[in-house]
Amino acid sequence: MSSELRYTANTQLEHLHARYTGTGHADITKYDWVTHQHRDTYASIVGHAPLLSYLALADGEATGRVKFEMTEKMLQPCGPPPKKEED
Amino acid sequence: MSSPERQELQSYTAPKDVLDEFAAMAEEEDIDPFAETALKRQILQRGSDYQRKGAERAMERGGEAVRADPFAEGATGEGDSYRDAMRLQMLEREEERVRRAIADKERKEKEEGKMVQDEDKTPPAELLALMRGDQTPPRDAMDLDRTPPKPQVAASTIRRKRRWDVKDDDETAVESDSTAVASGEWSDKALEEAAPPQKKRSRWDETPASETLIKTEEAAPAPAPAPKRSRWDQTPAGMPAPTAAGGLAPIIMPNYHALSEDKNNRYMSDEELDLLLPPTGYVIVTPPPGFERVAPPKNMSTPLGGFQIQEEGGAATAALAAALGPEAPTEIPGVGNLAFFKPEDATYFSKILKEEDETEMTVEELKERKIMRLLLKIKNGTPPVRKTALRQITDKAREFGAGPLFDKILPLLMERTLEDQERHLLVKVIDRVLYKLDDLVRPYVHKILVVIEPLLIDEDYYARVEGREIISNLSKAAGLAHMISTMRPDIDHVDEYVRNTTARAFSVVASALGIPSLLPFLRAVCRSKKSWQARHTGIRIVQQIAIMMGCAVLPHLRNLVDCVAHGLEDDQQKVRTMTALALAALAEAAAPYGIESFDNVLKPLWIGIRQHRGKGLAAFLKAIGFIIPLMDPEYASYYTKEVTVILIREFQSSDEEMKKIVLKVVKQCAATEGVTPAYIKHDILPEFFKAFWVRRMALDKRNFKQVVETTVELAQKAGVSEIVGRIVNDLKDDSEPYRKMVMETITQVVAKLGASDIDEKLEEKLIDGIIYAFQEQTTEDQIMLDGFGTVVNALGVRVKKYLTQIVSTVLWRLNNKSAKVRQQAADLTTRLAVVIKQCGEDALLSKLGLVLFEQLGEEYPDTLGSIIAAEGAIANVVGMTHMNPPVKDLLPRMTPILRNRHEKVQEASINLIGRIADRGAEFVPAREWMRICFELLDLLKAHKKGIRRAAVNSFGYIAKSLGPQDVLQVLLTNLRVQERQSRVCSTVAIAIVAETCGPFTCIPAILNEYRTAELNVRTGCLKALSFVFEYVGPQSAFYVDSVVTMLEDALTDRDLVHRQTASTIVKHLALGVAGLGCEDSMMHLMNLVWPNCFETSPHVIGAVMDAIEAMRVSVGPGILLSYTLQGLFHPARKVREVYWRIYNALYLGAEDSLVPFYPDLSELSDKRNTYDRHALQMFL
Repeated sequence: MSSELRYTANTQLEHLHARYTGTGHADITKYDWVTHQHRDTYASIVGHAPLLSYLALADGEATGRVKFEMTEKMLQPCGPPPKKEED
Repeated sequence: MSSPERQELQSYTAPKDVLDEFAAMAEEEDIDPFAETALKRQILQRGSDYQRKGAERAMERGGEAVRADPFAEGATGEGDSYRDAMRLQMLEREEERVRRAIADKERKEKEEGKMVQDEDKTPPAELLALMRGDQTPPRDAMDLDRTPPKPQVAASTIRRKRRWDVKDDDETAVESDSTAVASGEWSDKALEEAAPPQKKRSRWDETPASETLIKTEEAAPAPAPAPKRSRWDQTPAGMPAPTAAGGLAPIIMPNYHALSEDKNNRYMSDEELDLLLPPTGYVIVTPPPGFERVAPPKNMSTPLGGFQIQEEGGAATAALAAALGPEAPTEIPGVGNLAFFKPEDATYFSKILKEEDETEMTVEELKERKIMRLLLKIKNGTPPVRKTALRQITDKAREFGAGPLFDKILPLLMERTLEDQERHLLVKVIDRVLYKLDDLVRPYVHKILVVIEPLLIDEDYYARVEGREIISNLSKAAGLAHMISTMRPDIDHVDEYVRNTTARAFSVVASALGIPSLLPFLRAVCRSKKSWQARHTGIRIVQQIAIMMGCAVLPHLRNLVDCVAHGLEDDQQKVRTMTALALAALAEAAAPYGIESFDNVLKPLWIGIRQHRGKGLAAFLKAIGFIIPLMDPEYASYYTKEVTVILIREFQSSDEEMKKIVLKVVKQCAATEGVTPAYIKHDILPEFFKAFWVRRMALDKRNFKQVVETTVELAQKAGVSEIVGRIVNDLKDDSEPYRKMVMETITQVVAKLGASDIDEKLEEKLIDGIIYAFQEQTTEDQIMLDGFGTVVNALGVRVKKYLTQIVSTVLWRLNNKSAKVRQQAADLTTRLAVVIKQCGEDALLSKLGLVLFEQLGEEYPDTLGSIIAAEGAIANVVGMTHMNPPVKDLLPRMTPILRNRHEKVQEASINLIGRIADRGAEFVPAREWMRICFELLDLLKAHKKGIRRAAVNSFGYIAKSLGPQDVLQVLLTNLRVQERQSRVCSTVAIAIVAETCGPFTCIPAILNEYRTAELNVRTGCLKALSFVFEYVGPQSAFYVDSVVTMLEDALTDRDLVHRQTASTIVKHLALGVAGLGCEDSMMHLMNLVWPNCFETSPHVIGAVMDAIEAMRVSVGPGILLSYTLQGLFHPARKVREVYWRIYNALYLGAEDSLVPFYPDLSELSDKRNTYDRHALQMFL
């Protein structure tokens, strides 16, 4: 149908998606994607109090400590980014 | 008739005026019927003289040199520098000063009667009188000399460009007069209007002389355009008009031009004669005195008078194109078909009109031609052509360079015959090109501004927006410093027009680059010592900034106010006025905040209102009016009291503008919290009513509105009875406009504040007055109707004792012979019905109902619509059971009316019928309802959405009372019709029937119908199902299994639309059944939907993505994630893109719930990174 519509419908959706953190795209690297997963995981745990206390119990730590550590870990959850391949 | 002295006629013939008319028709048969509208389309023809000035300036500045770009790297110093610009500007000022001095001197001399004028050069007496007279001559006086074209004046004024230093001796008188008042606004106008108006002419008898003049902007004096003639006595171009022959015009006109081209007919040249004739015995006779050799026309492209057969060949294309009318699309080599081609275009695009050998051209020439082709395509091409050309010119902008581009674009924008569409497109080109060129535009900034600035004061909103956008982009591209240095010279330009547009342009720059960056400059300009014009413009810039940016000025409010504050005490009246206006604009923009920023100006403002008179005072009052609402209550009350004295004095002013401002200020003051009702009642109201509640105020539309608004505002404080009591007697005034003003005010006051404040006596007077005013109206007006309705509704049961009187008025008017009166009476009934019922006057209602019923034969559709609506309103309040006439009589009467094609009638009747079907269907036999069903199908085609929706709803009501089978059958059959809209509405109606009667009644029938081997029907069925599931929501859980097989079929169909619609059904189903235990069928459907995710058609992919998202809700995000994981890192990019899109949608929809479902990626870990999610591996 009209090129206009095709143009808008899909690219708009993509633009919309790209505005949010954590979304991916066709050229994303393994590292980036997994990092997002980890951050989401930590965020989810910190956000759900029962989960947090469960982990605190398992670790034998105070919930505050676990929360703090999780938040700290969010910075680079999987370690530093891999070196760029020289070409 | 049979009087004895009746004379016998000599002969029988048609009346004289008829004959004259035919003669006139014969004379004017070659008139171009489009000429007038074509003129109206032209921007220049439409605008005011003031707006036209912009174009003239642009044309004068057309040859202006390119400005240098001092900010460019390695600036070469080419082009005019800032210094040059300033010098030029000073020159203009000086020129203006000298001109004014000369004018002053001459005026003085003239007044003393010393001026001796040459007899035949004296301009017409009335013109002189005009010029000497008052500053603002009455308009009709200026129109006086519109018609007689006076040759001398014409010759001097037709010239567009006038240099002060080039002066023809024989025109001194006129010239000096024109310059004498050049500064006055009206001088040019008066002169322009003295010139013979460009008569409307067809192209046939156009004299080439005036044509060339307009085209080439020649400064040489041109003869006054010849009066319109019929084609017969047309002289071909290049030949002097037959003067000696008197009335005996030569019958056969030798077309010299054509003849000289033809070698059989042309004159012999001297060489040829030498060959032919013996060398002796002949002498060359000297031409008789007074003979003038006819010069052959120089320019081929000027259209020739008279008839002419064009010769073939490429060389003549230009001439051909020039002679072509706008209606003839033409084919230009290398450009293709154009939508239109104007004769003016030929001059601009002459280079590409003929075919040339492009191999011999330089690169520059080739580039120029390329640009011209693209521009022509953009300006005159059809939309697709235009689009590609626009893209090309944007892409290659940097390649072409700013110079060549703007050299071609800007002259086009200055064309006199430019139309909206062309301007829009050219402006768009500039906009696009600007983005690409970026800082390369710098040298052209001023040239562009000269052309674009007039857009800022255009009457068309979109033109203004476009202009703003261009200037804003321009300032972003060129940078603040360059913009300032470019526009600086125009700030104290002699011409007010230039300063005005420059101020506006500056405000756009401010909004584009931020107010703070412009502030230092503004501060400097507003304090300029050199000229008051600069201060004036600076302050105006602030005003424009406030107007344009609204509340965005708040952070800089104090700075801006401080910028202009001292202007209140300027020694120039104009600067003071402008300052007050700027403050008004700032306060308006800042409302309701920012009073503290105005601290510094309060004192001068309030002192100012005691010192000023006239225009200045008006501006000061305006500023005060806008500042008072920002104040705290106690201050507001204090300052209001201060200003009221002046306001009351100015109530008496005869100046219209002053009146408006005073009214506005009163309104603003009255609205502030600190002003007490008692104060308004005692101090303002008496004077206010004395000054403004007079008949004269009702005559002017704008005054009318202002007075009403202000009075309503006062009523908010003073109370209803205070205001209504003052004006209620005027409802019986003699003047109808005045009665209307009273009525409008009462309506608004009562609507806002209710009628509880009105006591019995006032109520009596009010009703009496309203009935009087209603009956006495000569033009049936909405105001009276609204007023009546509002007041009666506000009074509620209190009108009971007047109802008999009111209803008898209505009944009487319902039988009036004027359709309008009947319509109005019916409309009034609609508004009164509720109140009559409230008062318990059922007898009156039934009487009205019967009378209206009898009126259903009404022939005027507007009136009929109102009558039906009134009947509907009565039915509404009375109820179907008590309705008189009984519903079973009313409805059959409505059936034929449904066929009426008038929208108002359709809407009113469908509403009434729908209401009856809803509330009282059982009173009407089923057969009647079926008849109505068939009629309703036609209404599904109605243009108005409200009608279609009402019709669709009626199907639901009817189905409810009749049982769905018959109605459904009608609707399903209707799926076979051609018209799409009708089918779509049928599907909606089916869905509504399903909703009202339960899905089980419809779904089997739909599934059965789906088996029809007809595409439309099948799609219709799918659509209907989709609506059904959308409407029934969770109920669909019961029907999932019944429709799965059909959906299987539809989702595997080859037809794209089938899959699309089926996906929509799946979406509604999935959302409806989420959490209801239908996951198995949903999984099955999802497997069928999923492969469609690679579709590219926008509607299909939209529907599929929706379905998949709905599945996320229904089967859960985990399952969906495992579907997407397959393709996220697929080797094919196309696959990855689609899968990531789905993943992103999924992620955004269910970010948190995805956490447990992410795959365990620990095996990917290496020395550097660990991908285990340890937190999830703990357990107790």
